Amino acid sequence: MIALLIRDMRLATRAGGGFGLGVAFFLILSALVPFGVGPDRATLAPVAPGILWVGALLACLLSLDRIFALDHEDGSLDLLATAPLPLEGAVAIKALAHWITTGLPLVLAAPLFGVLLHLPMQAVPALVLSLALGTPALSMLGAFGAAITVGLRRGGLLLSLLVLPLYIPTLIFGAEITRRGVEGQAITTPLVFLAGITLAVLALIPLAAAAALRVNLR
Amino acid sequence: MSIWEYANPAKFMRTTEGALPWLVGSAAICCVGGVVWGFLTPEDFRQGSTVKIVFLHVPAAMMAINIWVMMLVASLIWIIRRHHVSALAARAAAPIGAVMTLIALATGAIWGQPMWGTWWEWDPRLTSFLILFLFYIGYIALWSSVEDPDSAADLTGVLCLVGSVFALLSRYAVLFWNQGLHQGASLSVAPGERMSAVYRYPLYLSMLGFLLLTLALILIRTRTEIRKRRLAALQARDMRA
Repeated sequence: MIALLIRDMRLATRAGGGFGLGVAFFLILSALVPFGVGPDRATLAPVAPGILWVGALLACLLSLDRIFALDHEDGSLDLLATAPLPLEGAVAIKALAHWITTGLPLVLAAPLFGVLLHLPMQAVPALVLSLALGTPALSMLGAFGAAITVGLRRGGLLLSLLVLPLYIPTLIFGAEITRRGVEGQAITTPLVFLAGITLAVLALIPLAAAAALRVNLR
Repeated sequence: MSIWEYANPAKFMRTTEGALPWLVGSAAICCVGGVVWGFLTPEDFRQGSTVKIVFLHVPAAMMAINIWVMMLVASLIWIIRRHHVSALAARAAAPIGAVMTLIALATGAIWGQPMWGTWWEWDPRLTSFLILFLFYIGYIALWSSVEDPDSAADLTGVLCLVGSVFALLSRYAVLFWNQGLHQGASLSVAPGERMSAVYRYPLYLSMLGFLLLTLALILIRTRTEIRKRRLAALQARDMRA
């Protein structure tokens, strides 16, 4: 499992374009929003939590199809499926590798982009905490979407159509935590909900994703 | 009579052929009856004549949810026991459910404009219907983009299971996110909140009509799907010969 994790991370970092692309996209988005809604603090600060969360979500979406597509093309996915490692485990590991290469950089870079969008300082811990809790669920759900569309020739658009509605609960609670952080309210309730969703997703979605992969590999 | 008998497409086609005219006829009578009777009801003292849109809005909303539940059951039956007609019925039901969701949203907007003063509000009920519509679209798109029919049935079945959980989750997550403008239960049995009988009985008839209409449409579309499969099999045989 660890070998697979290391292999996936190495491929993501060396294959060019994958690693850091999400963060770059996030940066561009944070830079474009002020052009759209105006640069003054009074308009930017209230929408900053939502923009940051939606940006993280879209940045995560960008690299989803790479989770299985390349392995499907060169046949290593078939090897993984026949390997002694359960396919559910392989799916979870590949989602973890995706999170480490895209989700984690987003979490670390988010405070910086928060500054660009005039996010108040006291909200930064809430933002980082909510992203750290929520992005693993985004990667896992993305792996499920990628598993469903892996055999399709034009899967990219379909992938986003399938995955984005699944992101709604995570987005609602994640943005709510950040918004409460901005207003200085207690964040425990949405935090518990978000943690619950993420844990349930991590526990159950690998089963669904592996089932979809088995269908696609038949 | 068990559903397993109808796993045989020939048997399914024979039975539904006899049942369809009756179903279509009674659906037409109930729908037209419910809507016309609803149109003849007196005007509500607060809402005026706009109240009459309830006879389309509520049945469509009810069917939008129930069709998804029916797709979930049909997908489960397919995944567990490989009941082919069941998978085709789930496929046939999806566009009908999407249209019902759209009718509920559109009539709701037309009703909301004079009553709430807005076409659209990010109310929990409205939002969860929009999300339900997105799930329908994703489901239909996945069906149409996978070529092998059995793989498509499997993949959409898994998507339907996961989607059901997340649709329900979104339904309650949006409650957390915004307060509502929409009323609560429309057909509460509690005497104080109950709708007047003048409106209730036409509404029941209209709901029955929409239920029958949906059943008839699902059967017609399932029959079309079965014919499509037969046609594809015949063409494949011709290609080999």
